[in-house]
Amino acid sequence: MIRIENVSKSFGGIQAVHACSFDIEKGSVTGLIGPNGAGKTTLFSIVAGFVAPTEGRIVLDGEDITQLAPHERFHKGLVRTFQIPQEFSRMTVRENLMLVPAGQSGESLFSAWFRRGRVSAEDKRIAEKVDEVLDFLEITHVADEVAGNLSGGQKKLVELGRTMMTDAKVVLLDEPGAGVNRTLLKKITDAVQRLNTERGYTFCIIEHDMDLIAKLCDPVVVMAQGTVLTQGTMDQVKADQQVREAYLGGGMSGGVEA
Amino acid sequence: MIDFLQLLVYGVVLGSILTLGAIGVSLIFGILRFAHFAHGDIMTLGAFSALAVVSLGLPVLVALPIAMAITAVIAVVIDQTIYRRLRRTAPVILLISSFGMALGLRSLIQLIFGPNNQVFAKGIQMPYRWGDIVVKPDHLLIVGGAIVLVLVVHMFLSHTKMGKAMRAMSDNVDLAAACGIPAERVVMWTWILAGCLATAAGVFLGMDAQLHPVMGWNILLPVFAATILGGIGKPYGAIAGGMVIGIAMELSTMVMPPVYKPAVAFAIMVAMLIWRPQGIFKGQA
Repeated sequence: MIRIENVSKSFGGIQAVHACSFDIEKGSVTGLIGPNGAGKTTLFSIVAGFVAPTEGRIVLDGEDITQLAPHERFHKGLVRTFQIPQEFSRMTVRENLMLVPAGQSGESLFSAWFRRGRVSAEDKRIAEKVDEVLDFLEITHVADEVAGNLSGGQKKLVELGRTMMTDAKVVLLDEPGAGVNRTLLKKITDAVQRLNTERGYTFCIIEHDMDLIAKLCDPVVVMAQGTVLTQGTMDQVKADQQVREAYLGGGMSGGVEA
Repeated sequence: MIDFLQLLVYGVVLGSILTLGAIGVSLIFGILRFAHFAHGDIMTLGAFSALAVVSLGLPVLVALPIAMAITAVIAVVIDQTIYRRLRRTAPVILLISSFGMALGLRSLIQLIFGPNNQVFAKGIQMPYRWGDIVVKPDHLLIVGGAIVLVLVVHMFLSHTKMGKAMRAMSDNVDLAAACGIPAERVVMWTWILAGCLATAAGVFLGMDAQLHPVMGWNILLPVFAATILGGIGKPYGAIAGGMVIGIAMELSTMVMPPVYKPAVAFAIMVAMLIWRPQGIFKGQA
């Protein structure tokens, strides 16, 4: 599905990602873990097209997409969320979600004015989908709130909601669980599982919550100091001596066992 | 009282013109994050493009859409050849380059059309009179035209995908890209829209008085004042800002000489920047 080939990126003198290669298999939920500063988010930004790699290629379904702009990758079905939740702060939650689906008839001034019937029918269909997503994420009560006023956790859910509004092939989730309460975290986990099995979405998830990773992800890729340390099932990764060393002092050696 | 109402009429006319310019400045700032100093000269360019079409024997109202098309194309070309290369640099470099663009455009217009005052139509228009208040037919045309254009802009921003994309991009550039919004196309449409509105502003300004190569530059300060008053980057605020500045400038002539009109706009702008830099409408897109 996605092949990350020998990707490197340096910012000034800092090498954030160094000769990093791995595949995200079609239909998989790939976990991406590693200590802080391992280059996970930078790698996500490179895959999604927000940051150009210094070296290396990104291949989607056999097509080299390294040169494509982020919006072009989006239209190829590659969707990302942000670690620090991003929102259109001056629009309502509902508008934030309605903005996502591509190919709406309201595109031209002509249709907006003269084909109101068609546009509103479509708007209605999208609005229903928004209601569904809001309901699913239990944020219906803030639907008409300006997104800038939401709490961190709620913004996180809007991020996830955005990926549910489009027919994505691959979704890159950057710490979907951070700042979200336990009950909701379970819902998110279930949502990812359902989108994966029922709709065939491929996921790649950065997460520090090892329970979530253990429950969802196979395989798990471990990054440290900008490069891939190892990959395999959660059990294999847990048993890996290098992984323990990379996390040592980060408290993960205990965390993995737990 | 009569004086006051008469000046109010002039104020609304000037306000309409300022509004059209200010919406463009606001849109450009929202999308590209720089104050477009050449906007006044884009207005001049629009007015003189219309003059060129009028000189072929067409009426001003027919010339307007043609001039809009010409100006929009030139605005896009300027963006693609000059500003696009500078987008990744600091915003202040874009600002300075637009300053250079302003000088260049103005000189070019002066080179082609000469430094003298010109008019769209010679002769005297018979004004309408309501009691002692005098309204020229051109005034009605200007205000009516501005209202129609503002409605079209509203329709565009609120009901078309491109309009929504513009609002989204002015809100959060990264997220807009992550939602599949094509940044370069949004930028292009921003220039088209701003160019068309600037043309209308320039043509209306020329209809109200005369055309002159520095007409747009002279009105740039009030346009910026209107933009800031409305909250920079907020096109809807620009409407209110334009009207307030236009009316304040005209009414000020009741108590001080007309040469101080731009000073009034400047004073309002400074006061706003000190006490309410976010504009009159807080938090609204």
